[in-house]
Amino acid sequence: MIELDGIERRQGDFQLSVSLSLAAGRRLALIGPSGAGKSTLLGVLTGFVQPDAGRVMIGGADVTQAEVADRPVSILFQDGNLFPHLSVAQNVGLGQRPDLRLNAADWAAVEESLAQVGLAGFGPRRPADLSGGQAARVALARVLLQGKPVLVMDEPFAALDPGLRVEMAGLVEALCTDRAITLILVAHELRGLDGLVTDLCLLAEGRVAAFGAADTLRTDPPPALLPWL
Amino acid sequence: MGRRAQPLRPAARAGYAALGLVALVTLGPLFAVALNAKGIGGLTAGDWAAIRFTLLQATLSAGLSVALAIPLARALARRDFALRGALLTLMGAPFILPVIVAVMGLLAIFGRAGVISDGAAFLGLPRLEIFGLEGVLLAHVFLNLPLAVRLLLGGWQRVPAERLRLAAALGFDARAMWLHFERPLLREIAPGAFAAIFLICTTSFAVALILGGGPRATTVELAIYQAFRFDFDLARAAALGLVQVVICLAAGLFVARLALPPVWGTGLDRALPAWPGLRPVSRVVDVLAIGLAAAFLLAPLAALIARGAADVLTLPAVVWEAALRSLVLAVISALLAVLLALLISVASLQRQAVGEAVSFLGIAVSPLVIGTGLFLILRPYVGPEALALPVTGLVNAIVSLPFVLRGLRPALAEAAASQGRLARALGLSAWATWRIALLPRLARPLGFGAGLAAALSAGDLGVIALFSLGDNATLPLQMYRLMGSYRTDDAAGAALVLIALSLGLFWLFDRAGRRR
Repeated sequence: MIELDGIERRQGDFQLSVSLSLAAGRRLALIGPSGAGKSTLLGVLTGFVQPDAGRVMIGGADVTQAEVADRPVSILFQDGNLFPHLSVAQNVGLGQRPDLRLNAADWAAVEESLAQVGLAGFGPRRPADLSGGQAARVALARVLLQGKPVLVMDEPFAALDPGLRVEMAGLVEALCTDRAITLILVAHELRGLDGLVTDLCLLAEGRVAAFGAADTLRTDPPPALLPWL
Repeated sequence: MGRRAQPLRPAARAGYAALGLVALVTLGPLFAVALNAKGIGGLTAGDWAAIRFTLLQATLSAGLSVALAIPLARALARRDFALRGALLTLMGAPFILPVIVAVMGLLAIFGRAGVISDGAAFLGLPRLEIFGLEGVLLAHVFLNLPLAVRLLLGGWQRVPAERLRLAAALGFDARAMWLHFERPLLREIAPGAFAAIFLICTTSFAVALILGGGPRATTVELAIYQAFRFDFDLARAAALGLVQVVICLAAGLFVARLALPPVWGTGLDRALPAWPGLRPVSRVVDVLAIGLAAAFLLAPLAALIARGAADVLTLPAVVWEAALRSLVLAVISALLAVLLALLISVASLQRQAVGEAVSFLGIAVSPLVIGTGLFLILRPYVGPEALALPVTGLVNAIVSLPFVLRGLRPALAEAAASQGRLARALGLSAWATWRIALLPRLARPLGFGAGLAAALSAGDLGVIALFSLGDNATLPLQMYRLMGSYRTDDAAGAALVLIALSLGLFWLFDRAGRRR
């Protein structure tokens, strides 16, 4: 269970005021126009942004003051998920030990993670040799290796073509289902994410304008949500 | 259509012309010096000792400066605090301070009659003795630590914010940060920073003149000056000049070979005021690094201000005339230096090693060697006095070139790589490419480079000392004359005006670049 309880955050003229909760294993898409507060809310959840008030609860524990790396949250950024001077295997291995002091079993786990995202044998390659879709898969392999119960994705498919979006969404759905990972992703549009998302949250001007199960909201959408469906 | 297909081509052609000008102004005098040199057989045992001392002190000075800059640059990169901007600007002060003024400041703190010695004597301890290698190293670290910090900090600031967030998310500790950030960054930047400081220290003159000297602490540059001014042995001065060129050129070419491409590629240009996910222990380390460095770099400045403030308002008119002359000369030198650096940067996008090597001629052939060569060339035709200011302006611009290029060339390469293709795809003309896509991204290194060149020119006491005999002195030369005639109060006041001029020019140009 993820609970954002009375979160308040002011940045200049902008005010974020959000409370919401999401059951374990659900997959939430956070949508809304630019400047609605999606990235700020994601920052509060991951620890990059400290709220002025409110609590962030994950799995029953209050993590509001916890460091980014100490939260039970893996993060996939929009860009820059891989270190260009490291091999694919080393980039994945960072998920296990940032100093890369890995033993044979660890490297085997790295290779297994790569295989799970369809990149078996890609370990020795460099990020510069990968396509956009392959780079996203490598980052996903690292997330799997981290083994954290919550995955946060900041517009992860923005740079991918529609076919790849659908393919990646399918892969993320399968992995989340398989490992009971709770997913929160920021999306600019919902096309290609139909099967992946179980819940929707529309943010507007720093507040929740619509929130609920995706099926329900699609069947009977509030007016504010219509442009996004 | 051709203009649109290759928007940087006209500038590249002008860049090759700029390279030619630099080569002419450095190699021409060098050729004249070589013609007058009678081989290294004429060098004395003292000259060989000077060569050994030059290499030793330059290696130690560069190594110490870069090593001490690492924790400081890291602290400044990852912390955001109220006076950070002011501290960064002030940190630049020692490098752009006129050397003779900086040495006066260091003596006021670390000298035999300085503040620390007074404190030691009060406690019954012996006074400090900083003449010789120790003093030369102290002064060179003081003068060059800020440059090393700025170069390393520039590298840190090019790391995309996304990667720092990723590091925080993955829980990187100090060892992981070293492995995945610092080591690759230092491999890219430290050799260049080391070599740049090594080059500066081999051509250091005023430091060795005041804090060195004697058979055990004479640099090649000082030996050239002594051969030229005291013995008027032009053949020996020329031979020493050639030795100096070989040392520095070797280091310059070494750097050109070591240059590595940028590690990080481009990010989304999202600025991070401070790094996320830092552990509490890192705060202690950073506060210590910033505090100690600020004390080391600012105390000599404070001591100078305290000594000279009372005499500024009563300075003779000749000092103010010299100050105006230095101001005009510095602005012209700065504009010339950034123009040359910009054009050479474009040319070196295609031929990196050539651009690096030729630009390093500006420092490899020291101002004193260029001055000696120009003296030899011009003596039969024109009175050197008439050319003193124009030649000083030109030589100062060329001497500043390597430092301007250090920041500008990688920034242009990165901007051209990330924006150049987009500009071509949009069909922008050459002028529009510069105005819209490139110059806005180069504003910072251009401003910093212009500030550096202006300050170095304002404080220069090299070529002008060889050429100027009459009443067209620049402020450093005027101050030198005041010191020579034991008018120490006026010299202290003039030092303060010189500090204000150098720092003011640097601050104005650097700020203009940052505001863009």
